[in-house]
Amino acid sequence: MHEIRFHGRGGQGTVVASVILAKAFFSAGHYVQTFPVFGLERRGAPVEAYLRLDKKKILVRSNVYTPDHVVVQDIKLLDNLDVTQGLKLGGSILINSRDVPDNLDTFSGFQLHFVDAVKIASDNDLGTRTNPIVNTAMIGAFARVMDMPPMETIHTAILEEIPVKANNNFQAAQQAYEEVHTFGLVD
Amino acid sequence: MKKVLEGSHAVSEAVRLARVQVMSAYPITPQTHIVEALSEYCSNGAMNARFLCVESEHSAMAAVIGAASGGVRTFTATSSQGLALMHELLHWASAARLPIVMAEVNRALAPGWNIWMDQTDSLAQRDTGWIQLYCEDGQEVFDTTLQAFRLAEKVSLPVMVVLDAFFLSHTFEPVDVPDQDIVDGFLPPFLPRFELNTDNPFAIGQMAAPTIYMEMRHSIQKAMERVPGELDQVEQEFAATFNRRYGPMEAIHCDDAEVIMVVTGTAASTCRKVISDLRAINEQVGMLKLRMFRPFPTDLIRQVLGSAHKIAVIDRNFSFGVSGIFAQEVRAALCNYKGHPSVFGYIAGLGGRDVTPETLEEIYWKTKSTDKPDAESIWIGLNPYSSFQSRSNS
Repeated sequence: MHEIRFHGRGGQGTVVASVILAKAFFSAGHYVQTFPVFGLERRGAPVEAYLRLDKKKILVRSNVYTPDHVVVQDIKLLDNLDVTQGLKLGGSILINSRDVPDNLDTFSGFQLHFVDAVKIASDNDLGTRTNPIVNTAMIGAFARVMDMPPMETIHTAILEEIPVKANNNFQAAQQAYEEVHTFGLVD
Repeated sequence: MKKVLEGSHAVSEAVRLARVQVMSAYPITPQTHIVEALSEYCSNGAMNARFLCVESEHSAMAAVIGAASGGVRTFTATSSQGLALMHELLHWASAARLPIVMAEVNRALAPGWNIWMDQTDSLAQRDTGWIQLYCEDGQEVFDTTLQAFRLAEKVSLPVMVVLDAFFLSHTFEPVDVPDQDIVDGFLPPFLPRFELNTDNPFAIGQMAAPTIYMEMRHSIQKAMERVPGELDQVEQEFAATFNRRYGPMEAIHCDDAEVIMVVTGTAASTCRKVISDLRAINEQVGMLKLRMFRPFPTDLIRQVLGSAHKIAVIDRNFSFGVSGIFAQEVRAALCNYKGHPSVFGYIAGLGGRDVTPETLEEIYWKTKSTDKPDAESIWIGLNPYSSFQSRSNS
C-alpha cells in the first residue's frame, strides 16, 4: 500500500487534487481511498488530505501517520509545519518551489523533488498572480515522481472534476510532468 | 458501474435511484454534501422530486412527516445538533408508522463545538422507535440506503442510516452504482397503506385514550420484532440482484475466539485488519460488527458472544453516569445467559479522535491481560496532562 499526504492551504484545491489522483489511480486499476483532514479551515489556512492506494480493498480507515510520499503545494507552509513528520525514511517529498529549497537538512533521508507550479499555473492562465491555482500542476508532477498513474487517466479525471478551464488544467499537469526536477536523496 | 464516490454522495445516489418524491433538510456539517447533491438533482431534472427548504431540522422532519402521510416516498438527512432538534418529531414519525428514511452522519454534540465523528447523537435517539443501521464503508452506505426504503415500507417504521462523520461522509472510495432499471427491479414504487387524500378526508394522530395507547405502543414493538426477518428477506432479494449482503451483524473468527471485539461503523473496517494481523500471530481473537442497533439483535448476540471468555466493546459514544451505549446493550443482552462472558467497555474516538489499528490492538492486549474489567468503562488515550483532567481530579 502507498500512503500519500497532501499539504496545502484552504482555497488551493488540495482536496480536489487528491480526489483527481484517486480517480486516476482507480481507473488505472488501483483500489483507492482519499479524504481531507477536515477542520474549521478557512481560505489560506493549512489543510491536509490523505490518499491510500493498494491492489486490494483498503480496510484501514484512520488518518495517515507514516506516509510514503508527501506533496507540499505551498513552500511557505514549511515555516510553521513539519511536513516530513512521519514520512518513511527514503520516502519522497514533492514541493512547489522554483529552486532547490533552502534548509536541505529538513529533507535529510528523503527523496526530494520540486516543480515551479506557480509559473506553470501562470503559463496556463490558472488563477491570478497572487492566487495561482497550482493543484493540477502538482498532480502532473506527482505522476512523474511516482511513474503512475498514466497521464490519460489524469486527463479523464480532470475533465470530470474541474468544469472550468479543464484543458488549461490538463496542460498544466502535462507541463509539470515534463518540468519537475528530481534532486534525489538528501544526505 | 464502479466509480470513486464520496460517502455522502453514495447516500445521494441511492436516494436518487430510489426515486424519492419529497425531501426536506436543513444544512449542517458534515451532512451537507448529501442534500447539496439532492437539491441539485431536483433542479437539473435528474430527480422528479420536490426539495423543501425549511428553517430548521425540526421543520425538515415535520415536512417529511407531512409528505409521508400523503403517501409518498420521503428522505431527509442530518447530524448532531440537527438530530437533537428533531427529537420530538422522531417519536412522531415512528408512532405515526411513517416509512421515512434518514441519513444521520455521526457528529459530536456541543459544547465544545465539534463537527467530528461521535456516535452519541444517534444513540441518544435509541428510544424513538426508529430502526438504526450503522455503516462501515461507502458501498455499505449506498446499499443500506436502498435497503432502508424497502425495509421501512415493509414494516411501516422509519429507518436511520448512520455513517461516520468524515471517515465515511467525506471519504472517496470505489462504490458500485447500478443503473436505474436494476434498482427499479429491487425497489418498486411505494404503495402506502394509508394516505391523506382531499377526496376522502380523514384525520390521523388524534387523541389516544389510556384504553388504546398501550396497544398502539405494543404494535410498534411487534413491528420492530418483525424487522430481523424482514431485513433478511430484503437482503436476500438485494443479494439476488447485487450479490452483496450484510446481515444485522457480522461475526468474524468468533467460533474459537477467547476475546471478541465488538465494533461499529468505520472502526469495524479497521478492526478487520487488526484481527487478521493478530490471527497471523496465533491470537484467539474475533470480532463482531454490529450493523443493526435498533431493533437490537439480542438472540444473535447471545449465540455469537456467549461462548467467548471476554468481550471488548468499543464505544465512540458515552452515556454520562453509566458507560458506553453499545456496552450497556451488550451487557443487557448477555446478563440472563448462564456463564456469560465478561464485558469490557472501552471508550475511544470521541469527538473525531482517531481510532487507529494501534488503538484497537491496545484494547485487545488490555482485555487479554486482565481477568475481569476493573471499571464499567476504560477510557483509551486520555491525555493525563490535559487541564480538564487535573480539574476533574481535584
